[in-house]
Amino acid sequence: MIEIRNISKWYGSFQVLTDCSTKVDKGEVVVVCGPSGSGKSTLIKCVNALEPFQKGEIIINRISVGDPKTDLPKLRSHVGMVFQHFELFPHLSIIDNLRLAQVEVLGRGREEAGEKGLALLDRVGLKAHADKFPGQLSGGQQQRVAIARALAMDPFCMLFDEPTSALDPEMINEVLDVMVELAQEGMTMMVVTHEMGFARKVANRVIFMDQGQIIEDAAKEEFFGAPRSERAQHFLSKILNHC
Amino acid sequence: MNYHWDWGIFFKSTGIGQEIYLHWFITGLGWTVALSLSGWLIAMLLGTVLGVLRTLPQRSLSAIGTAYVNLFRNVPLLVQLFVWYFIVPDYLPEPIQTWFKQGLKPEISGFISVVACLGLFTAARVCEQVRTGIQALPRGQINAALALGLNPWKTYRHVLLPQAFRIIIPPLTSEFLNIFKNSSVASLIGLMDLLAQTKQTAEFTANLFEAFTLATLIYFTLNMSLMLMMRWLEKRVKVPGLISLGGK
Amino acid sequence: MDFSSIVSALPDLLQGMLLTLKLLVFAVAGGIALGTLLALARLSSNRLLSFLAGFYVNYFRSIPLLLVITWFYFIVPFMLAWATGKMHPVGAFASSLVAFMMFEAAYYCEIVRAGIQSIPKGQVNAAYALGLNYHQAMRLVVLPQAFRKMAPLLLQQSIILFQDTALVYAVGLMDFLNTARSRGDITGQLHEFLLFAGVIYFVLSFIASRIVLRLQSKLAVGQN
Repeated sequence: MIEIRNISKWYGSFQVLTDCSTKVDKGEVVVVCGPSGSGKSTLIKCVNALEPFQKGEIIINRISVGDPKTDLPKLRSHVGMVFQHFELFPHLSIIDNLRLAQVEVLGRGREEAGEKGLALLDRVGLKAHADKFPGQLSGGQQQRVAIARALAMDPFCMLFDEPTSALDPEMINEVLDVMVELAQEGMTMMVVTHEMGFARKVANRVIFMDQGQIIEDAAKEEFFGAPRSERAQHFLSKILNHC
Repeated sequence: MNYHWDWGIFFKSTGIGQEIYLHWFITGLGWTVALSLSGWLIAMLLGTVLGVLRTLPQRSLSAIGTAYVNLFRNVPLLVQLFVWYFIVPDYLPEPIQTWFKQGLKPEISGFISVVACLGLFTAARVCEQVRTGIQALPRGQINAALALGLNPWKTYRHVLLPQAFRIIIPPLTSEFLNIFKNSSVASLIGLMDLLAQTKQTAEFTANLFEAFTLATLIYFTLNMSLMLMMRWLEKRVKVPGLISLGGK
Repeated sequence: MDFSSIVSALPDLLQGMLLTLKLLVFAVAGGIALGTLLALARLSSNRLLSFLAGFYVNYFRSIPLLLVITWFYFIVPFMLAWATGKMHPVGAFASSLVAFMMFEAAYYCEIVRAGIQSIPKGQVNAAYALGLNYHQAMRLVVLPQAFRKMAPLLLQQSIILFQDTALVYAVGLMDFLNTARSRGDITGQLHEFLLFAGVIYFVLSFIASRIVLRLQSKLAVGQN
């Protein structure tokens, strides 16, 4: 589904990603973790070309992301993305947030888009808030809306960029619950997160990154059982003690 | 020094038909409003396009916006007016040139020159506000719009510009008020706007204190009403639950 | 386009530019001085004083500069005559200068006011604690800091004023633009003269605004 082949990226002369390769198969959930500044957010933004990369290749459903001939808007419309700071559009009501891209990108009718939006809001438990504005919701609610907004496009895979790290602790679980449900339904997911509880519960594989490199890429049991690299061990001990 | 105060002067006949001096002020105000609103329309359209250009990643496109702003902000308004009034008409392509110079009434061709001047002058200022507004938005908003598959044009149209315009209503208000004040340069090329009518009344009646007092009162009231109108607009488009959009 | 007669007109144009600059310098100095007084009045605890200053500022900010220039050209001679009982011939230069000073003071006032308000209240308290009175605290502690901070904005406003001086065309003063226009009329090369004037205004304003930008970044660094 998603294939990342030998990606390298520089900001000027500073290398942020070095020769990263991995893949996410259909129905798989892959968690990417690592210390801050390790390049994990940059890597996931390369997947839907929000960040350009200078070397390597990313293939989504046989389409090359880096190819200048690729219709990026079309490709992105099939790749859902959830951001750290939610990024709902503050000037649009919740239902209009869900409707906008359905109408403008997929060409659905307003009514059809509205029905689809309401159904998804219902699914994340926020149907009653459809006519409010993002500024009137809590962080956890906003992030659930953001997930619903991405799902409204019928994506064939979902990218999560630290979806819970801007949330107050008491709101993290409501978002994770939605994500777990999504994973159990068989959605293909690539998730940048420090929530190791989430990883243990639903991940198939865990990737550990440091200094722009993929240090470890292992099945979940293997990763939590006995990480091979010292850096991953160190990171895990810090993260797990913290929780 | 004898000065004959006469506050009733505005209701006295000008000696031309049934006209009283107050009529002159009303016609003048009409010209002022027409000039300013027409210029504002151009300024908003062009200024928005230029402001968007200045935020684009393509260097050559944003350079166009930058060059425009530098040029139009560093040449005095009056010089710009002279260019539009004295020079540009001579370089219009032929059938249009004759039509513009001879086919149109002088006040119409003068009106067009002033509107072009005010519009292009103010566009440089609107451009800067639009650019500031867009740049004040969190970078993540662009990413979120692109990630949903919106193309750049739709990203600006549905996500960035509606938010940017809400942020910049206060500075835009002051540019909007400025164009009304700036439109008084029209009097210098013989258009009978509010200022020109005031001067004419002062010269005809010798009651210059009264004439200028009324003119400042009209400008003052105009200014206040426009400001209240913009405040009303700002409240109307305010998004619930949002105190300030430019927070981050 | 034929720019030949501009060369022979250069001495005249220089005279015009000198008049423009003279007007500019006096108007900036007078405007800032009056503007500072207005700002102090606006911030004063005396309600009446602060209301009057506020009214002055709002009044001048809501009418066109060109109206003020024209009006003052007509009425300054009358005012002087009433004040002194005799008719004095007042030239367009003096009336324009008064108009610019009074008009620009309203704009400078707002800049100075914001500058004063940006100085932490603790500075004033510290000055009082040292035994300084209000005038000393303002003159020795607050204003010097405020002016440093607002120098770029004051200069920015002065660049706008430089461009606005061209409006004295309305009262027939022979400033740089009017000289260029009249020489252009005489020689039949109006286009060339106007474009030349435009280029000179552009170059001077552009350089000045570059300097302001430099100053701004320098001050921003100095504050850290």
